[in-house]
Amino acid sequence: MADVLVVAEVAEGKLKKTTHSAITFAQKAAATIGGTFSLLVIGDGAGKAAAEAQGFGAAKILVVEDASLKNYLAERYAPTVAAVGKGYAVVVGTASAYGKDLLPRVAARLGAGYASDITEVIADGGKLKYKRPMFAGNAFGISSITTPIQVVSVRQSAFAAAEPTGGPSAVETVAYAGPSKAAERVEFVSFDQVKSARPELTEARVVVSGGRALKEKFNQVLDPLADVLGAAVGASRAACDAGYAPSDLQVGQTGKIVAPQLYFAIGISGAIQHLAGMKGSKVIVAINKDADAPIFQVADYGLVADLFATVPELVKGIQAAKG
Amino acid sequence: MKILVALKRVADPDNANKVKIPASGEKIDTTGLEWKPNPFDEYALEAALRLTENGTQPKVRAGEVVVVTFGPKETETTLRAALATGADKAIRVDAADDKLDGDLVARALKALVEKEKPDVVLMGKQAVDGDSNQVGQILAELLDWPMATFAATIREEAGALLVGREVDGGVSTLRVKLPAVVTVDLRIVAPTSVYSTKTPATHKYNDGVRFAALPAIMAAKKKPLVEVKLADLAPDQALKVSYHGFAAPPARKAGIKVKDVSELVSKLKNEAKVL
Repeated sequence: MADVLVVAEVAEGKLKKTTHSAITFAQKAAATIGGTFSLLVIGDGAGKAAAEAQGFGAAKILVVEDASLKNYLAERYAPTVAAVGKGYAVVVGTASAYGKDLLPRVAARLGAGYASDITEVIADGGKLKYKRPMFAGNAFGISSITTPIQVVSVRQSAFAAAEPTGGPSAVETVAYAGPSKAAERVEFVSFDQVKSARPELTEARVVVSGGRALKEKFNQVLDPLADVLGAAVGASRAACDAGYAPSDLQVGQTGKIVAPQLYFAIGISGAIQHLAGMKGSKVIVAINKDADAPIFQVADYGLVADLFATVPELVKGIQAAKG
Repeated sequence: MKILVALKRVADPDNANKVKIPASGEKIDTTGLEWKPNPFDEYALEAALRLTENGTQPKVRAGEVVVVTFGPKETETTLRAALATGADKAIRVDAADDKLDGDLVARALKALVEKEKPDVVLMGKQAVDGDSNQVGQILAELLDWPMATFAATIREEAGALLVGREVDGGVSTLRVKLPAVVTVDLRIVAPTSVYSTKTPATHKYNDGVRFAALPAIMAAKKKPLVEVKLADLAPDQALKVSYHGFAAPPARKAGIKVKDVSELVSKLKNEAKVL
């Protein structure tokens, strides 16, 4: 038993991009322990989504479809994921809301240790070690799991998305193992999607984030900049707490972790817990009128200026530069 | 309703610049860091208090809130503070901080739940030291109870909770019949996030968690605080996740200050090549 199982994330018959990061982990982990990796595609429209799982070099694509899997509930998914996972050395998913909800339950069913939100897999003489951020990213722990089966979630921004460059994988249908007893006492009521024309925060190439200094003008100032850059909009915790931005935009230790090519921190002082969510960005730009703001210690380009005057000017400048 | 709240004290991560790692990398040195309750667990306590009262008369308790923590004697300070804000009883499971992992805590909590028989177990979605985000989910599985993680809103219904959860791209709403495990997210302490069946729908709470008044702090000294041995709850204390070493994050090279917008745009275009 030296194989890796990737728990894919499915939405409306499509494989979510989060899955590609877990595949990247699986490719390395399987090579380290001398096995193969397979993909478990479970959920509503899993059969259709399985087609998108081709080409990544998986030994097998295992498909589980059942009418009762329509709306995700850990209590309905965990028994099947654990039943399949039993035959593997490592069960991995991405630390999205889905993975964070489901995987610990799977680990508990398997009596397995669970390393969450890891940023690196380390090959140590045929064994796996996991690097994971702690204390808001101010320390990294090198951990290992002592149980025969290991359950892991990977931080999406730390594992580049796998590209489908391999050969085809065999598709197998796996029977739904049924719900756990707990499932009788939980009911899916609704999903209220936040509609946005912008890219998802965790997947955007450019992120424009604002802090409390923007006050009620949060959108008025940031939207034009996000528009010209095709960027996602983020916010500091202070801006969310104050109600200037919805909390699902929060970038930080307790919010979303992002690592775009280009990150703008506008009117953000740079609290530890915010830095934990964006320090992995390739290029960081900070605009703040306080020259001593800690954000300048991590910014590649800092501009000490009043943001209300500067951002509109920046929008024009970028427009001109882009021709 | 009886609610068990799991509360962890953490080294204040807002002072995390002081998180030191010796060159040997053998441990994280938290000397000099201030201890405080894990903020998410504080929010869970606030949610538990809101669920066991009529929000317009918070001094009259209508239900029971039991708080539990794992740690050495000094963690009792955290428990006393929780008693002062309105919890009825506290339990300290005697344990060394570095001899615990999420799985062991969940197994011990399971044994405690079987003794205390709460209707709801509430806790933060994660502790901000280990950032593991797993105890609530593991506990729910061990108990075979339904769970609602990352709760932003809770409405009490007869024998159930209607929970709005923070998930990627929106809010997912579940109805869990009791008993159940709920882990909470940041927005749970907003003014209209939590309603018991006794609190009128028009009531608005103050934003954030409540603070204890001086008489309540005095009264809390007389509330029951019991100590339980970890071995009595979890005979098997083997850890499933072990740590071999720690490292500081790579320092980011300090950048430059640009003088104006046109220099910034020029650098982004020609030097960083990201436009």
